[in-house]
Amino acid sequence: MTPPTLQVRNLRTHFFTRAGVVKAVDDVSFTVDRGKVLGLVGESGSGKSVTGFSILGLVDPPGRIAGGQILFKGQDLAGLSEEAMRQLRGNRIAMIFQDPMMTLNPVLRIDTQMIETVLAHEKVSREEARQRARDALGQVGIPSPEERLRAYPHQFSGGMRQRVAIAIALLHKPDLIVADEPTTALDVTIQGQILAEAQKLCADFGTALIWITHDLSVVAGLADDIAVMYAGKVVEQGPVTQVLDQPLHPYTVGLIGSVPSRNKRGEPLRQIPGMTPSLLNLPAGCAFRARCPRAEARCAEPPPMAEYRPGRHARCIHPYEEAVAA
Amino acid sequence: MSEVLDPPRAAAQAGTPIIELRGISKRFATSLDFAGKLAKKLGAKVREDVVHAVDGVDLQVRKGEVVGLVGESGCGKSTLGRMVAGIMPPSAGTVLWHGRDLKSLSAAEARQAKLRTQMIFQDPYASLNPRLQVQEIVGEAPQVHGLVPRGGLETYVDEQLRRAGLDPALKRRYPHQFSGGQRQRIGIARALAVQPDFLVCDEAVAALDVSIQAQILNLFMKLRRELDLTYLFISHDLGVVEHLSDRVVIMYLGRVVEEAPAEEVFARPNHPYTRALLAEVPRIEARKRAFAGVKGEIPSPLNPPSGCHFHPRCPFAMERCKAERPALREIAPGHRSACHLNDAA
Ligand SMILES: Nc1ncnc2c1ncn2[C@@H]1O[C@H](COP(=O)(O)OP(=O)(O)OP(=O)(O)O)[C@@H](O)[C@H]1O
Ligand SMILES: Nc1ncnc2c1ncn2[C@@H]1O[C@H](COP(=O)(O)OP(=O)(O)OP(=O)(O)O)[C@@H](O)[C@H]1O
Ligand code: SF4
Ligand code: SF4
Ligand SMILES: [Mg+2]
Ligand SMILES: [Mg+2]
Repeated sequence: MTPPTLQVRNLRTHFFTRAGVVKAVDDVSFTVDRGKVLGLVGESGSGKSVTGFSILGLVDPPGRIAGGQILFKGQDLAGLSEEAMRQLRGNRIAMIFQDPMMTLNPVLRIDTQMIETVLAHEKVSREEARQRARDALGQVGIPSPEERLRAYPHQFSGGMRQRVAIAIALLHKPDLIVADEPTTALDVTIQGQILAEAQKLCADFGTALIWITHDLSVVAGLADDIAVMYAGKVVEQGPVTQVLDQPLHPYTVGLIGSVPSRNKRGEPLRQIPGMTPSLLNLPAGCAFRARCPRAEARCAEPPPMAEYRPGRHARCIHPYEEAVAA
Repeated sequence: MSEVLDPPRAAAQAGTPIIELRGISKRFATSLDFAGKLAKKLGAKVREDVVHAVDGVDLQVRKGEVVGLVGESGCGKSTLGRMVAGIMPPSAGTVLWHGRDLKSLSAAEARQAKLRTQMIFQDPYASLNPRLQVQEIVGEAPQVHGLVPRGGLETYVDEQLRRAGLDPALKRRYPHQFSGGQRQRIGIARALAVQPDFLVCDEAVAALDVSIQAQILNLFMKLRRELDLTYLFISHDLGVVEHLSDRVVIMYLGRVVEEAPAEEVFARPNHPYTRALLAEVPRIEARKRAFAGVKGEIPSPLNPPSGCHFHPRCPFAMERCKAERPALREIAPGHRSACHLNDAA
């Protein structure tokens, strides 16, 4: 049996700062199969991007992977040399960053960057590489791709830069793409086009996709599975329909409840009170305790991740058992 | 505040709009990069491109209304918002503030107009001075403009902070010591401190978490009731716009293509672009759906298509659409749309 494209097991990525240890990712596990999409959602600062960086081997000091395994088609990436990792990146594994300038080089023309990317990993002619670059730009909705190839990044709007970065990630039809809020700054028609391209990649080439976002509506339409993060931990995971229709964890329930379309027009939106705790001084026990409507004395103990229904995990000792009417 | 009316009713009753734009345009000459400048110096024929960011827009905002402004990235929403807020002069057209041409106001009146219209931005961090304490950020403008009695500043600032949902005990802190949602509250407290009656919110909740976004949107709605505020609410999130707008204005490549009461737009969109837009909105209810690519080529604002700007992407485009710009015309009470299809009917 072939192993899944990605299996993350008990990943811990910590930042050892002067102010203390920031446990940005603290015991995170999930699996993404060939051709499947995992939606990674959660509060700002909950560790979504750091999880993505860890998979790509892009965590810089004072941060480091402090434990766990990242199995890419069965091979543990955590033990790989920097050179081997570089070979995988941009070829078999690609990341689309929140900030497109992390992909783009400001002083090089777009054609130079894209053609070099193709030639670095494949034996094709320069003309063929150029053709591939032009097609990729067209796929993400860049108008007049032929002329645009000759432009520099600063000659594009922010949204267009992001589309170029996405085009570069698509060039090699990688086995795994980690996309970190790539469409947040784009409008819905362009977003639709990019989501359509992502779906095609999964269906046609079996690319596995991790889509990081805080937009539950995008996840609903795109993902097979969903993992919800809070304060460095996955607090709930499972198939997307079950998580969205029958959330177990009170944070997930709050998150879904605050989506405007789940509220009556013009009425106050349901909101989660309070704010995210600082990772430097997390309360003992459940990190969501101070904001949780179901908190009780037992929540002062750290809740374990438990399987409440087949395939449905939550890190809560007092989850919602029935479908919560939303 | 003498009368207590619920805002939509107040809006319907009010006579003169708080702000009215007539045939407003804004053009930018994109500056040449170094290579371009050099080439030009050497005698090459290099054209400085002109972006028609806003192209002949008429818009009214009445007192107490919440007007949502939506459209693709780069279609000119922020540019329009800045002109409404009076912080960017239009290249052509007239801005009327409470019925009077902005250009005809005396210096003192123009200052008043500027104060009473405040803008709230997407990135609260970039718009707050990192070296000032929160109490200075919030207290500076009201003090300069003589809005607080001598010796009353501290109480005044406390009140602004409390109203925006911040604990006044934190007022000696600096912006970096706050979370994104709290910074947005500081930006709101600062804007409200000069007693505006009109807020232009440009993607004001786009950078926030869903859970914090709900807190800030609720705050906007509460302030609207308490202070009788009027809003121009710019957002690319149609769910947010649907939730809190009375009226929705849709822009495409610098022009308004449709305008209607919020319920009407979402229930009966008329313009083909609006329909395409609504079809692509992700909904939490829609599972594992097939997303669709945009049909046709996305035009560049440097070189917009002739006639109806939408014609290269429009499934209903006719010969006439390539030649003639459709006028924004009323198709039902309060519902305007700019499409030639409405003539055929
Ligand atoms: N270089 C660093 N040094 C110290 N702490 C860091 C560093 N990088 C990230 N962190 C911390 O790690 C935590 C997780 O950050 P991360 O960027 O993964 O959050 P996120 O879930 O992606 O949030 P957002 O939705 O805002 O992008 C945060 O609390 C952040 O402050
Ligand atoms: N100062 C400027 N100089 C040159 N061009 C500009 C300037 N400001 C805006 N533009 C151009 O004008 C057009 C409209 O820009 P604007 O920022 O108003 O769009 P927007 O609708 O707010 O987009 P977004 O949703 O991405 O914020 C764009 O093509 C943009 O590149
Ligand atoms: S463990 Fe307790 S505090 Fe934490 S989410 Fe569950 S009920 Fe709430
Ligand atoms: S005017 Fe023509 S091209 Fe424009 S939206 Fe209407 S039918 Fe389409
Ligand atoms: Mg992130
Ligand atoms: Mg803008």
